Amino acid sequence: MADQITTVVDCINENCPMPLVKTRKAIMKANTGDIIKVIGTHPQSFDEIPLALDSLGIKIIDKGKTNNNWYIIFQV
Amino acid sequence: MNNKKVTIIIHSGDFDKVMSAFILGNGYLSLGLEVTLFFTFWGLKTLKRHGFSKAPLSKMNMLGLGRKMINKKLKKHNVASLEELAKSFKELGGKIIVCTMTMELLNINKNDLRDDLVDDYGTVGLYCVESKKADINLFI
Repeated sequence: MADQITTVVDCINENCPMPLVKTRKAIMKANTGDIIKVIGTHPQSFDEIPLALDSLGIKIIDKGKTNNNWYIIFQV
Repeated sequence: MNNKKVTIIIHSGDFDKVMSAFILGNGYLSLGLEVTLFFTFWGLKTLKRHGFSKAPLSKMNMLGLGRKMINKKLKKHNVASLEELAKSFKELGGKIIVCTMTMELLNINKNDLRDDLVDDYGTVGLYCVESKKADINLFI
């Protein structure tokens, strides 16, 4: 999976709404088919980014938590 | 992209309320909706140069002391500043319309306003046309 990821959006230590905003910006810049991985620490952002992806009709490939970090992987 | 539209009237010139407006604007834009902010009355004053830094808290401003304390808290919690929120609002495609009637009332010229933020000028009719098309309309 790691070698398929096109862009990593780093939101470590950033709080709402910036992870949401940065995810949206990455999607706007991406080409169709790009795989984006967002990483962060703010728990609420881990909950709200999937809501935005759902609204945009984007399916999540994988998401999870490791220690204090979370990640969300999706394809544009 | 679901093509839904949002309009938000910013009538208040309070720092925390304008911040809420931009956070909401960023939120809706992040979901793929189109967002237009309409600044009128006191809200318009915040779009003057240095307007963001002069905006008082809606409560407990205490001649600016409350505002300073809130800013400290926002920094400590790594919350984006009003400036950053306005910038990302524009980067995500958000629109800002300014009320020309208020400009007349408060003696504010186009030159006084930040041209990096303002997209258009209009009176209530323009806002009403936009809000009629919108699915969500908020008043702050």
